Amino acid sequence: MRGLLLVARRDLQAYFNTAWGYVILAAMLLIDGLLFNAFAMGASAQYSSDVLEKFFYLSSGITMAGAVILTMRLFGEERSAGTMVLLDTAPLTDLQIVLGKFLAGFAMIAILLGLTLYMPALIFVNGKVSLLHIASGYLGLLALGATVTAIGTWGSAVTRGQYVGAGITAVVTVALLLTWMLAKVSDPPLKAILSYVALFDKHFQPFQKGRINIESLVYYASLTFAFLVLAVRGIQGRRWR
Amino acid sequence: MIEVRGLTRYYGTTKAVEDLTFSIASNEIVGFLGLNGAGKTTTLKILAGLLLPTAGEVRLDGQDLFSAPLDVRKRIGFLPEEPPLYAEMTVRDFLVHVGLIRGLTREEAESAIPSVAERTGIQEVLDQVIGTLSHGFRKRVGIAQAIVHHPSLVILDEPIAGLDPVQIVEMREMIVGLRATCTVLVSSHILSEVSQTCDRLLILKNGRLAGQGTESELALRARGHARLLLSVRGTREDLARALDGPSEVTGWTVEAEAGAVLTARVDLSGDHAEVVVRRLVEAGVGIRRVVEAEAELEQIFLQLTGEGER
Repeated sequence: MRGLLLVARRDLQAYFNTAWGYVILAAMLLIDGLLFNAFAMGASAQYSSDVLEKFFYLSSGITMAGAVILTMRLFGEERSAGTMVLLDTAPLTDLQIVLGKFLAGFAMIAILLGLTLYMPALIFVNGKVSLLHIASGYLGLLALGATVTAIGTWGSAVTRGQYVGAGITAVVTVALLLTWMLAKVSDPPLKAILSYVALFDKHFQPFQKGRINIESLVYYASLTFAFLVLAVRGIQGRRWR
Repeated sequence: MIEVRGLTRYYGTTKAVEDLTFSIASNEIVGFLGLNGAGKTTTLKILAGLLLPTAGEVRLDGQDLFSAPLDVRKRIGFLPEEPPLYAEMTVRDFLVHVGLIRGLTREEAESAIPSVAERTGIQEVLDQVIGTLSHGFRKRVGIAQAIVHHPSLVILDEPIAGLDPVQIVEMREMIVGLRATCTVLVSSHILSEVSQTCDRLLILKNGRLAGQGTESELALRARGHARLLLSVRGTREDLARALDGPSEVTGWTVEAEAGAVLTARVDLSGDHAEVVVRRLVEAGVGIRRVVEAEAELEQIFLQLTGEGER
């Protein structure tokens, strides 16, 4: 546990010791704010819960994009700077290294989401929403963020270049997002499988509407676990290469 | 003490290292020599725990590196050719971080900094951001990270590459200073540096050990005979009387003559210096100096790696 936290702390510091972390957070917040103003608030009168629902819908895209960008450096930066050798020669297990890096990436997503809290708070100026709706929406964003962070950790672990890693993460994420479209044109039992693995359509929408869906939490946790296991397997091979 | 037995490593079907066996005593500084592609870096990476071997075993103080990798890695420090440094951290924070991930407590890591900084001469840059350091200081910080956790084995891959002459002298002193607490394995292409820094040499050729020993031992093996340099007071006839008889002396030549003082080179069939000294005394030659002639390391290297035949 100690090794894991040391890796996580170093990687989290790395985001803030350079402009990189600030720039990404600022850019994501700016885009989220603009989208919130343009599409969620809108010009016409609407229910506060609808505004909040749209906010979570827009923020889910920002969360996924943020996770893809923030995770590309996890292993790629260490490799390009030649510092991976510090971790490889330290008494750390591969699991500690992967979990530490995942935790750092996920902490950045949590910070990003924490900084968006002012937007739901703005709804209270002219309207009223349930705190449970806000809590469930953020729980969904965190679960979605953890899943894409795990995909990004794997993408970064198994590729040499940062941009290649980000590209693979983006492709896998988009593929998981679009399986619901394939489900529409598929026959059972493939239809049910494709519908179930859809990253957003089936699993995020309940949170967006204010419902905490245990089945979806299990789905996100399972996907996160699976990609972290793949990331560990991915870096284990380096001592044989 | 480090013991390596039957170390073999393939990359696919390409053999990088084959059946390497050697041992290094505690507090010994050993130089690792070989041409490019001889298997030096592969061997160093295996010893540092970065790579796994196809076969063989490595034991550090009796503990197997591959069956207890986490325990053994705590006692190894490694400096690759390009120092692994987090450019955005200060030197102090970096060294504390490295100490922590190598198993020290925060108190131990922080208390280790002053002595490590003094040994590596980085006191003045401790609170400087690493990205702003010169190449020489980066190398020093690289050594500091390799010893901050008090390892018993330090592996240095090309530690003087890219340093200027003054920095080379300082680095040499630093490496020799490590002997007090560590066993040191140094790889270098600069043979004169290895010669001045190391107690013993390991020479690799095509992934196999072509020779190991002190420079004198390797010279004896490379030349096939030992050589003494004499400075004596006497005449050529006196020398001939002393050296022309015994079978141990295979040849001799006077290299310089300054008044009554002769400088001569004596080739021997083995380690027979005492025979020469006794004969000189018996012949009434005044002995001023007797030393083992060390072959040029380049010659030893070329002979052992077969490059001299090209």
